[in-house]
Parts: sequence; structure tokens; C-alpha cells
Amino acid sequence: MSQAVLCRDLRKRYESKAGAVDAVNGLNLEIETGECFGLLGPNGAGKTTTVEILEGLLTATSGRVEVLGLQWNGRDDDEIRQRIGISLQETRFNEKLSVRETVKMFRSFYRQGREPRDVIGMVNLEEKEKAWVGKLSGGQAQRLAVACALVGDPELLFLDEPTTGLDPQSRREVWDIIREQRTRSRTTLITTHYMDEAQRLCDRVAVIDHGKVIALGSPDELIQQIGGEHIVEFDLVHRNGESADLPAESFGGLAEVSSTRREGDGYSLTVNKPHVALPALINMIQGEQLELARLMTRHVSLEDVFVTLTGRRLADEETADVARA
Amino acid sequence: MSHALNQLWLVRMRTFIREPDAIFWTFIFPILLTIGLGIAFRNKSAEIIHVDVADGAEAELLASYLDDDDVFAVEIVAPEEAYERLRLGKTSIIVKQGDELEYVYDPTRPESRLARVTLDDALQRAMGRADVAETSDTEVTEPGARYIDFLIPGLLGMNLMGGGLWGVGFTITDMRVKKLLKRLVATPMKRSHFMFALIGGRMAFLIPELAMLLGAGWLLFDLRISGGLLSILVISAVGALTFSGLGLLVACRARRIETIVGLTNAVTLPMWLFSGVFFSYEKFPEVFLPFIKLLPLTRLNDALRAVVLEGAGLTDQVVPLLILAAWGGASFLLAMKWFRWT
Repeated sequence: MSQAVLCRDLRKRYESKAGAVDAVNGLNLEIETGECFGLLGPNGAGKTTTVEILEGLLTATSGRVEVLGLQWNGRDDDEIRQRIGISLQETRFNEKLSVRETVKMFRSFYRQGREPRDVIGMVNLEEKEKAWVGKLSGGQAQRLAVACALVGDPELLFLDEPTTGLDPQSRREVWDIIREQRTRSRTTLITTHYMDEAQRLCDRVAVIDHGKVIALGSPDELIQQIGGEHIVEFDLVHRNGESADLPAESFGGLAEVSSTRREGDGYSLTVNKPHVALPALINMIQGEQLELARLMTRHVSLEDVFVTLTGRRLADEETADVARA
Repeated sequence: MSHALNQLWLVRMRTFIREPDAIFWTFIFPILLTIGLGIAFRNKSAEIIHVDVADGAEAELLASYLDDDDVFAVEIVAPEEAYERLRLGKTSIIVKQGDELEYVYDPTRPESRLARVTLDDALQRAMGRADVAETSDTEVTEPGARYIDFLIPGLLGMNLMGGGLWGVGFTITDMRVKKLLKRLVATPMKRSHFMFALIGGRMAFLIPELAMLLGAGWLLFDLRISGGLLSILVISAVGALTFSGLGLLVACRARRIETIVGLTNAVTLPMWLFSGVFFSYEKFPEVFLPFIKLLPLTRLNDALRAVVLEGAGLTDQVVPLLILAAWGGASFLLAMKWFRWT
């Protein structure tokens, strides 16, 4: 069996009065059958555009796309649609229909698939089966969207930001459904801007920025790529309380430190062995007649991978989006 | 597993029945309108003529001439007050006794002109005029010639227009705004099934709609339907299809609810006015008539009135039905060409 998804030099350009925007800019992707693959990146990175091209909802400007070995060419479109399941970023289902009626309608579009009752059970909405969609909570509505994606028993499942805007409990419930897919060896493509989500769910992730894949691998591989498993963060002050200003590179020579970075007023070091690096760091600080104002060590996350690759934080971008809105 | 077309149609039925607003505008509102207009414009058997006698020497005598006649409501008032009452429309005519009888009235008001003739006749007779010819009256008020009879087929046409444009156009735009169209088109659903279900949903409510409006006319206003019910059904069905097509066309690209509300109003309001819903379009200047007769609602109303009021058969209505079908067909084809799913 070939790859579930294949993209070669995928491009999508939007022309507007303000000029052209390349939402997807030479993206390459191969997703193996049976894996849970994450597309990771900030808002506006091109995740949704890529997914909608794969789903046949948008036409690429150029590049090659294969889904389940088929292409969107008009002739095979129905065949692809029969075999994929989709949850869009925001779909508001008909509020005056019950959960069961909604799932039943979606079931009727597919040649073969699962019993609506079973799918509703898979997403834990049995108690809401007869409730109107308009009465569901955000988490329940999102699970209904997943149920509609699953009812055709798809070989390939697309979930575009399935947990955005959900509370932690609802997120965990959606995660359980996605994990369940993996145990059935169905391919899942999920987009998210939550790093922890990708880390928990995905076999492999592709980090996307400005319409391109900038890193690809399993979460562990990506974390190893940045050359250490731990992050040490600290702030420095002079003895008189003024904040100290050393260049970040001055810590580069310390034992087991693989990279250094200024972060706000403080510093962030990527280290392999904290029990070796920390005494060396404290020695050096004392030699410089400085004091530690803050010290924290933690495991490297995908978030750090993204920051290392782009020099930006995902959280910053979200804040910027909120400010713009 | 149940068939997709069937499921889509059921969804349309369910969402319509569960939407109180839709029920009100489709079934209740036309009946309320019928009752309201039917009462406001009912043919009154004896129209009361309001006459003010200007207070003066002979006022009492003049008023006494009119006492026996129920048609007149007479009041004796000071001249200035009488003028004020005439201006406000509280009275139709003022009569003054001077050297001669003077009638004061506004000739542009039909009820004032009628009052002038009737009042003069009554006063002249009371003062001794003899009629030279023998006359007799045969009074005819047939159902079929009243305003309500004219109105009900017009309201039926208007309702078919509203149902098609709002029912189809608004539904589609709403689904597009909610990204539900996009979600549906990402499934293997056949797009033709979606369209058939939408229009089929509209057609399913045709019979109850017809029954309620014609039934209300029959029960409340003694409406007599001269033509065949089947002919009415066929014409209404063609009308509903035509306006569903127009609804599709209007909504084929709209991405916002505001857009569809504006567009639908722009399409329906001229037809409310020009297509002879509430009054005959013959009242418009003759140069307008060829254009008015091109409008689909004009042809639908004409065909419905011909069948309901004049008992015409379907064979007499081929031309209007073809014009309707042309509107519907062209709208549908253009809508399919331009339709935006995402």
C-alpha cells in the first residue's frame, strides 16, 4: 500500500487587490497509511489551506496531490470522498436537527459505513442522541463533527483543529477518539497549533511556517534535533539589584549546553545533562559577581522546537492575532 | 440504509416544521393578511354619507329633510368647524342655505362626489321635485366580483413567491454562512440530490399552503372557486418551482445573511407592487404594462385569477405557464452555473 497522502511542491496563491499571498509555498508531504500525522504551525501558516486542498475543497495553484493513491481530477473525486472523513475547522450543523438525525443524514451519503448508533457511541454522545444540535455544548458539538467524519468508516480522517476553543476536559475526550482511530490502523491527519496535542497524539508531525514544511519527524526526533532534552531558563541580576546584561553566547562554552538564547530579560539554554550543566552555570555566575533571580528547568517541548526553528513563539502569534482582532 | 435523497428531504421537512418563524410566515401571515384586508375593504351594503349642515337660519329644516334617510349621518355645526371637519375627512360634504343651496366638497374625493349627487337628489325631492321617469332597481352583489375575491388569488401568488425566494434562498445562504454547504460538498453527497431535496421540500408545503389560504377564503369570506382545484394546483406548482429557481439564483453566491435579505427584497418588492397582488396592475400607465406582464408574479397572479374567478381551464393558461417556466428554467441554469458551495 502506498502513502495515504502525497504532496509534491504544493502551491496555493491568493490574488487580491493588496497583492498576491502564497498561503502554501512549495509544500512536500508524505503520510504513511495507518499513522497519526500532525500538521503543526501558527495561525496563518497554511495548515487549513493545505488540508482543504487535500480534501478537494480547494484547487491548488500548482503541485501534485495524491490522496489514497488517487488524484482530484473530476473522475475519481467521488471515490476519494467515499473513503475520507472530514471535520472542518468550523461547521455549525443544523440546530433544529437531533444528533441522531444529523449523523443519519451523513451516513446516507456513503456506500458503506458505520451504524449511526455505533458512531454516536464512539464519541460518547449516546445521552444526547435525541437532543437538538443547538442544545449541545462546544465540546459536544465538536464530538458530533467527529462522529459525522467517522460515519463513512473512512480510511483517511482529516481533523482540522479539532480541539480549538475547547475546555481541557473536552479536549481530552476528543483525543481519546483520535487515539481510538490509531488502534484501528486508520490514517489520521490532524492540524493543531497546540504543541502538547501533537506531542501526545501524533506518530509524526510536520512543522509548517509560511506555507512550507520547516521540520518533519516524530515528536521525539524533533526534540532531539535541537540538541538536548532539557531547557534551563533563568534571570540574572547584579548584587545591587540591577538586571545583568550578558550576551547569550557567553553561556555557550559551558559543559553539556548545546544552544543558548535570550528570552525576554532572561536566558534560555538547551542542555543534555542538567546535573552537569547547572553546577557549571552557577560557578560561572558567581565568577561574574552576579546572582540568580530565577531558575527553572524543564523538558524540551515541541514549542521549543518551533521557537528554535523560527525564532518566534506560537503563543506570541496568538496574542498578536487577538490584538489584531 | 435510507437513501440520501430521502434523508435530505426529511431534513428539510424537519427543519421547516421545527422553525416557528417559517410556519408563521408561510401559513399564518397570509391568512391574517386576508382577514385584515378583507375586513378593511369589505363591500359595505349601505355606505353612510356624512353631511354637515352649516349652522344658520334654515339649518334645522334642511337637516329634517334628511332625517328619514338612513344613508345620511347629519350634523349641524358652525361653518368654521364644518370646514375643519371637511378638511380632516370627518365629513364628506357641507351644505349651506343662503340665497341658494350651496354644496362645499372636494371633487377629487370619490366619497364627496357621491355625497354631492346623493345629497342633492334627496334635498331636491324633499323640496318637492317630481321625478319624470318611473325607475326600479335590481341589486346584484355576487361573490366573485368583490375585492376579497380579487385579493385571495393575489395573496396566493405572493405567498408562492415569498416561499420560493425566502424558503430556498435564505436556507441556502444560511447553510453557506454556517459552512454546512462546504461540509456537505466534502462528502460523496450528490449535489443534484441536495437541490432536489431543497425544491422538493418547498413543494411538499404547497398543498397545505393552498388549502389553508383558499379554505380561509371560503370559510370566512364565502370565496367561490370557479375553476378546477387540479388546475390551481398545477399552476401553483409551476409558480413554486419558478420562484424556487429564482431563490436559488439570488442565493447562488451570497455569503452573508445581509446580502440575501437585500437581494430578496430587491426582487420581491417590485413584484408586490407591480404584479397585481393588492390592486390591478391596469392602474399603471399603459407604457408600463408590457414590462409588468413580463414579471413572473404578474403571470402567476393572472393565471390563478383566471382559474379561481373566471373558471378558466389549464389549456387557456399555456402562455403564462410558459413564461413562468422560462423564468424558472433560466434562473435554475444560471444558478447552477454560478453556484458557490464553499
